[in-house]
Amino acid sequence: MNLTLRVWRQAGPSEPGRFETYEATDVSEDSSFLEMLDLVNDGLIRRGEEPIEFMHDCREGICGTCGMMIDGQAHGPQARTTTCQLHMRSFSDGDEIVIEPWRAAGFPVLKDLVVDRSAFDRIVESGGYISVETGSAQDANLTPIPKDDADRAMDAAACIGCGACVAACPNGAAQLFTSAKLAHLNLLPQGQPERSRRTLAMVGVMEETFGSCTNYGECEAACPKGISIDFIAMMNRDHRRALMTERRGA
Amino acid sequence: MATTTDAAGATTRPTPFLLVLYRSALGKKYLMAVSGIVGLGYILAHMLGNLKLYQSPEAFNAYAEFLRRLLYPILPESGALNLLRAVLVLALVVHVVAAAQLTALNRRARPERYRSRRDYVVADFAARTMRWTGVIVLLFLAYHLADLTWGWVNPAPEGATVYDKVVASFSRTPIAALYLVANAALGAHLFHGVWSLFQSMGWSSPRFDPVRRTLATAFTAVVIGGNLSFPIAVQLGIVA
Ligand code: FES
Repeated sequence: MNLTLRVWRQAGPSEPGRFETYEATDVSEDSSFLEMLDLVNDGLIRRGEEPIEFMHDCREGICGTCGMMIDGQAHGPQARTTTCQLHMRSFSDGDEIVIEPWRAAGFPVLKDLVVDRSAFDRIVESGGYISVETGSAQDANLTPIPKDDADRAMDAAACIGCGACVAACPNGAAQLFTSAKLAHLNLLPQGQPERSRRTLAMVGVMEETFGSCTNYGECEAACPKGISIDFIAMMNRDHRRALMTERRGA
Repeated sequence: MATTTDAAGATTRPTPFLLVLYRSALGKKYLMAVSGIVGLGYILAHMLGNLKLYQSPEAFNAYAEFLRRLLYPILPESGALNLLRAVLVLALVVHVVAAAQLTALNRRARPERYRSRRDYVVADFAARTMRWTGVIVLLFLAYHLADLTWGWVNPAPEGATVYDKVVASFSRTPIAALYLVANAALGAHLFHGVWSLFQSMGWSSPRFDPVRRTLATAFTAVVIGGNLSFPIAVQLGIVA
């Protein structure tokens, strides 16, 4: 199949960007979206032009680096699929595809389709962990966890931090990411001792950079891992409780 | 954290809880939800009370008088009413100011638009128009008060009863139409707002979640249905 790509090109963080048009010819419908871009880049390199910069690592939907806006949808038109797992059979011959980087104040563009997602790291650093004395690993199942809780924590832990939630949110809010990173710890017994402190810290850092949720639900629809906005409700509840706990402690 | 320590190590007065809450964007959302709930209670009571319009002019006027003399003589005449008004004004101010500040925050968080024709995947019309429907309802509220509370723009002669004022106002077709439009905006605002407040407050559980949408729809239908019936009834001559 043959496609026309309109790709956002931007030489650096403070350079002005613009769309460039490229033809992708003889694309196999079995290739992934990134393989299609590889092909286009091959051509560019051969012609001595600067290849299109994009991030990728695992190419199997687990590292979360490959996010981009494809035709106005985070990770493209297929639900619950990262860009690297998106296949060209989702498009048809002759299509024009518009490709842009994530756009949010929290994710400044570094180059072309690559954005700086270190704001996510700052959120996790502020409390997305548990403090334990490590020693030899304890026996499995020593801490009983109700199946429902384990399942929900696992659902939250599926977050790969790709940033599609922020990219899709008209408010540039990072509620879905932060709530998932909170929930996978706050739902489990190991997460309880630091629950209040963690919630306040991570919400605080989130609010330094990102917008505020208006419950559109666009993030949930964009999330390649199908993380539910129920976790956002849980974060809201935990945050209010943490503020009150903090108050009683003071 | 809520207590601050000065340089000498002495603790100063703790920051009031509401302020601590208000400082965070999440806290502003709780306060918007709480002030929204106050508004919902009022809107429902307002609609239910106005159903007296269908009983008789006397019953409706008596109801207005009852509101004025609520808790009298424990409180002076109109005392309870003014107290309620104060609560409502406070809730309204919190709701609007928090909304304005959060909107500004959100503009900063998403300064650049997507260049591609980007469409919403799931956000419905009501959710996307909250800011506009909110402003429309606010403007309408100003008119509504000037019309029926203060009587500045009411066509009824001086000294007319509350019932006569309502009928005089709604008899004018453009005004009746204005009430329909304003209620449509209010309906859209409630449809998203009532659902949304459960999220903001964190009132969510697998069993309860499916009910939230139904609740929002039912509440909106009841309130807006009742509200719309008044100008329509006057226009049709059912209430005259
Ligand atoms: S490249 Fe790792 S998730 Fe796509």
